[in-house]
Amino acid sequence: MTAPIKGPGAVSPWRAFWVRFREDRIAMAALFVVGLMLILAVLAPWITPQDPYDLSGLSLRDARRPPGFVGSGGYVHWLGTDAQGRDLLSAILYGLRVSIQIGLMAGSLALVIGTTIGIVAAYARGFVETLLMRAIDLQLSFPAILLALVLVAVLGQGKAQLIVALVAAQYAYFARTAYGAASAERGKDYIEAAMATPLSDMRIVFFHLLPNAMPALIVVATVQVAYAIALEATLSFLGLGLPVTEPSLGMLISNGVKYMMSGRYWISVYPGVALIILIVSINLVGDHVRDILNPRLNR
Amino acid sequence: MAGFILQRLLQGIVIMIVMSMIVFGGIHAIGNPMDVLIPPEATQDVRERTIARFGLDKSLVEQYVIFVRNLLQGDLGRSYIYNEPVLQLIANRFPATIELVFTAVLGALLIGVPLGVYAGYRPDSLGARLIMSVSILGFSVPTFWVGLILILTFAVNLGWLPSGGRGDTVEVFGIGWSVLTVNGWSHLVMPATNLALFKLAIMIRLARAGTREIMLTDTVKFARAAGLSEATILSRHVLKLIAIPIVTVFGLELASTLAFAVVTETIFSWPGVGKLIIDSIKNLDRPVMVAYLILTAGLFVTVNLVVDIVYAVLDPRLRRRAAT
Repeated sequence: MTAPIKGPGAVSPWRAFWVRFREDRIAMAALFVVGLMLILAVLAPWITPQDPYDLSGLSLRDARRPPGFVGSGGYVHWLGTDAQGRDLLSAILYGLRVSIQIGLMAGSLALVIGTTIGIVAAYARGFVETLLMRAIDLQLSFPAILLALVLVAVLGQGKAQLIVALVAAQYAYFARTAYGAASAERGKDYIEAAMATPLSDMRIVFFHLLPNAMPALIVVATVQVAYAIALEATLSFLGLGLPVTEPSLGMLISNGVKYMMSGRYWISVYPGVALIILIVSINLVGDHVRDILNPRLNR
Repeated sequence: MAGFILQRLLQGIVIMIVMSMIVFGGIHAIGNPMDVLIPPEATQDVRERTIARFGLDKSLVEQYVIFVRNLLQGDLGRSYIYNEPVLQLIANRFPATIELVFTAVLGALLIGVPLGVYAGYRPDSLGARLIMSVSILGFSVPTFWVGLILILTFAVNLGWLPSGGRGDTVEVFGIGWSVLTVNGWSHLVMPATNLALFKLAIMIRLARAGTREIMLTDTVKFARAAGLSEATILSRHVLKLIAIPIVTVFGLELASTLAFAVVTETIFSWPGVGKLIIDSIKNLDRPVMVAYLILTAGLFVTVNLVVDIVYAVLDPRLRRRAAT
């Protein structure tokens, strides 16, 4: 079904964006994959043959079996089993759930905190601006992975601690982006005009500055969610991430490494493939969004 | 120029002081290292003496003052675990890390920039699309995963390369270097590739974005009208204009690669500082953590300083602004 052709003034920016997004087949395919993985992750408890966290349901007789093996449960382990006899497909879908959950939570928290700092700095100007942005620049000069490593060490293991570490490692990117976009808008006449009216500062910031900083923030947000997922996997792989009771994709990979050398590749490889498909798809979507929103390429 | 450098130098010193406070305070919020240092069956007397020996009975501020005083005399403390001076511990492992990082970043630069310029010059060609897809992969695929696949392919399945360690080294200035031996290279090539992929993707992207924008400008149109060959335009104009962001990122990436080396070193059991820091985090070896972080921060500040100066040399506008 095609929408009736309207005059250029009648097309909403969201609709115009969607029309341009649809043009790129690769980006559309990536968006489809991201959506599919999200649905699979949400539905994991209902569609997997086995609850990988329920230790009583596991049998060591099924441990380290190759893909296609029919275990004591009477069903086919399409992707094989791991060292505890877990069905890998089930473990991967549950792991996907954990990874996506952490990525989204860390990403959105970092978005909120970072954007607030960036916009406040751009709006306030003067001393507050200098102080906030100097601090942000200082942090940005320090690699995120190192910061996350140290924080995880400081805070200990656990989901909440991990999210705090990821947020701390990432919020500065949002702050920089929001600041850049907002301070460009801040100098424009309409903001000055709004400030001359009795509108509250809060209203100007949230209803005028923020919407205009949004496009840049959306791009950063997609990339940062993907990065949070990758960073979480890396930390879990190094043994500094989540507790063993709730394996994310990174930990599944880490668990399989010792068996990799003896040819039982599937324990590590399949969770890794799932992780990569997820991250690559998110990045492909983000990449295309960036190309559409970049005004310098729109001539 | 001198004023500009002095200003940046002062800034760097302030950053270092703030950084040392944050790192010291942060690390000392972690658990209780006494659990690691003192066996549980130790008597109260032994306990107190050990605590006093490490200065842990003093307040945080006092401990910090002592730490800074020692630091200025070049003493970063002793490792709780290895019972060796931390500085010596890090110095012993640093060359291995430097070797790995330099090989990786230099490789990424030499391969990434030409590929990126090509992708920006012919953005719609098949080659450019291929290069860009590879760069998205380089960005997306976590370093540790690439490392594992490299080992699985080249060490386990094909048996062409060793899966870890540094191999034979040659002593130059009393330090062993793997780059100087064939066997060393066979050990170096996989971890260096692993570490380089992410940087390669960044270099490609930067060079492509810069080239793409510059190709649309009047500079290029005039150069073409003046009859310059495409090769001259690319090498003389485009390359010069994209040099500034690339120098910046090269500098910053050199330092951040040091941090990322943590992951690569762990996978390939490369005996550098990255492995040391992971072990010290797991063992709550405070002096090693503090020293590593402060040295890294120092390195970052130095690199930023150098990048700023190179910047000023490359871009006359910045020099003039700094002078006024």
